[in-house]
Amino acid sequence: MEPDLGLLLNAIVSGLLLGGFYALATMGLTIAFGMLDVVNIAHPTFIILGAFATYLLSMQTGLDPVLACIILLPLFFLFGRYFYDLYYRLFERRGDSAISGLAFFFGILFVFEVSLSMLFGPEQRQIDVPYAWTSFSIGLVDFPLRMVVPCLLALAAFAAITAFFRFTFIGRAVAAVGQDEEALRFVGINPLRIKRLAFGLSLLMAGLAGGGLLLIQPVDPWSGHTFIGRVFAICILGGLASMRGTLVAALLFGVLENMTATYIGPAWSPAVAFGLLLLTLAVRPQGLFAR
Amino acid sequence: MTQRFGKLAVRAGILATMALTALPAVIAQAAEPIKIGFSMALTGGLAGNGKAALAAMQIWEEEVNAKGGLIGRPVQLVYYDDQSSGATVPGIYTKLLDVDKVDIVMSGYSTAAIAPALPIVIQRKMLFQTLLGFNMNSEYKYDRYFSMIPAGPDAIHNFTKGFVETAMALDPKPKSIAIVALDAEFPKRAADGLKDNLKNTGMKIVYDRSYPPSTVDFLPVMRAVQAAKPDIVYMVSYPVDSAGLVRAAREVGLNARMVGGGMVGPQLGTFKAAMGPALNNMVIWDTYVPEKTLNFPGIDQLLAKYQPVAAKLGIDPLGFYVPPLAYTNMQILEQAITAVGKIDQGALADYMHKHTFKTVLGDVKFDKYGEWAEERLILVQYRGIKDNNIEQFKQPGTQVILYPKQFKSGDIVTPFNK
Repeated sequence: MEPDLGLLLNAIVSGLLLGGFYALATMGLTIAFGMLDVVNIAHPTFIILGAFATYLLSMQTGLDPVLACIILLPLFFLFGRYFYDLYYRLFERRGDSAISGLAFFFGILFVFEVSLSMLFGPEQRQIDVPYAWTSFSIGLVDFPLRMVVPCLLALAAFAAITAFFRFTFIGRAVAAVGQDEEALRFVGINPLRIKRLAFGLSLLMAGLAGGGLLLIQPVDPWSGHTFIGRVFAICILGGLASMRGTLVAALLFGVLENMTATYIGPAWSPAVAFGLLLLTLAVRPQGLFAR
Repeated sequence: MTQRFGKLAVRAGILATMALTALPAVIAQAAEPIKIGFSMALTGGLAGNGKAALAAMQIWEEEVNAKGGLIGRPVQLVYYDDQSSGATVPGIYTKLLDVDKVDIVMSGYSTAAIAPALPIVIQRKMLFQTLLGFNMNSEYKYDRYFSMIPAGPDAIHNFTKGFVETAMALDPKPKSIAIVALDAEFPKRAADGLKDNLKNTGMKIVYDRSYPPSTVDFLPVMRAVQAAKPDIVYMVSYPVDSAGLVRAAREVGLNARMVGGGMVGPQLGTFKAAMGPALNNMVIWDTYVPEKTLNFPGIDQLLAKYQPVAAKLGIDPLGFYVPPLAYTNMQILEQAITAVGKIDQGALADYMHKHTFKTVLGDVKFDKYGEWAEERLILVQYRGIKDNNIEQFKQPGTQVILYPKQFKSGDIVTPFNK
């Protein structure tokens, strides 16, 4: 392939935009898996649930899908909060959360997929908004809005959640609960309450990612399968419990995938991206930004 | 008195006529049903097409039973969800044959369901009509296999034959082509067939890459294609990827002369509506579109019955792709059983090999390996799509047939970005 500056810049920028969406999809998992130690393998299915809820509200009201998704965020939060209660009663309270919990979320994945299929049918759904077909250019680089909007959502969510963890007492408690529950009890905080709140936040982020995904591609009840490997890889690469690590790892994943797709061939993209994960873990097993 | 007798005679006559008319149906209800067993993708990634196929088969079941059944027996579909996974299929067919004791087995939707069922069906020497399996009998050469995909005897090459012929008829002749294929069995076979068809055309392959099924962003793929400056772009993909490829092609302003190929997705109503004007000028394979040249007897009635059912089930709202093929399969079975007069697997297979069937997709005849004797895939170009309203796709002229000659309804428009 001939050297082409436009091609190179577009590969990097489209990778960053894609990575932005990957960050949005992974931040919720970083809270659940990285901070709470809950192996929520159904996280991508919760993203799809968010996409379908957004689709439903948007189609019924004519609202923009991003706005519809933001309106639904409290519901995603409450759903997550009460869902964690169920998980806690069934597994964590009995000290039975590792393998049984994984099996539970695996089951949940199938239950939600089949339920979505029964409710909405198996067809793909997408909301057609005029800006999803619009691109703007700066110099040689194109910016398709269907990728820009989810990336902006990711950056806004990253800023909000980082500020929450850093500057609020509850946020710091969420960051601490996975590390030392007893310490939390010493300062008079109920760890269960904090975990409920954290899992609520995790599903809130999944819902937001669902709204973003609806702009990028059509979704069907099984679309989550595409993301299972990626979100866990990004979470681990970022250092499990680090939001900053998640963002950097996601951007790295996106850029590597798109650079490989452009210059070597898309078939190599997953191999190169997951190769990076293996290499990083060999050199730095705790991930990029582990504490 | 005479007047009263006359009225009584008229009433008796009406009753007798009603009884005689209803008699076959009554007899059919009383007789043991002809059980037709199959697996079907009712959940999982193939469920959209699986449910559409089932809906068409159920329309046929209702129609036949309303007419009094086949050879004096009602028909009954016995089916189980294969979850779009080949792993469930052998168990389903074993149950159908050993527990449900079905009289006839047919395939579920697509290669994924056909391949695992074939060894069991062959072992039991059953008739096997399949639905949209690509070149499945080339290794087995099973003489009771009948394929419902209009790709003809040499499916691998026929699938891309129309595209290459149409491209080579452009003036001036195209000199270069880019090939983008999903990394899966069917797209890879299609791409191999395309490369064979391109030999001796003088066309140079300037981009030839496959992409993995997990690809989310197709912009880098399309930018690399654009950078290779091909005259023609051939893509073979599955629905979610097809949507990504169409969007990316528009976003990079792909300036090839002819773009499209073997994409799966544009055949479906929801896809057509979602993509809307982005489909304009794309040249894509299909099996049926509502052009006047394809207006076979019964197709309009089938779609009129199917579309309200589809609206309730949330499946392909137009039903141009899988339902006519699934229904055609049933029509062929119906005609064969009626002619043979009994359920005899060998006799039915013999009949199917020797006769031409009148169906909603026109005349169908099979070759010795059970593929359609003549290739009848069509190549359509999307034209004048104004918005995302699905109704416009029901009108002739929006999907102009370019190939084959006997069904052609218009000439190609180039370039893609016109």
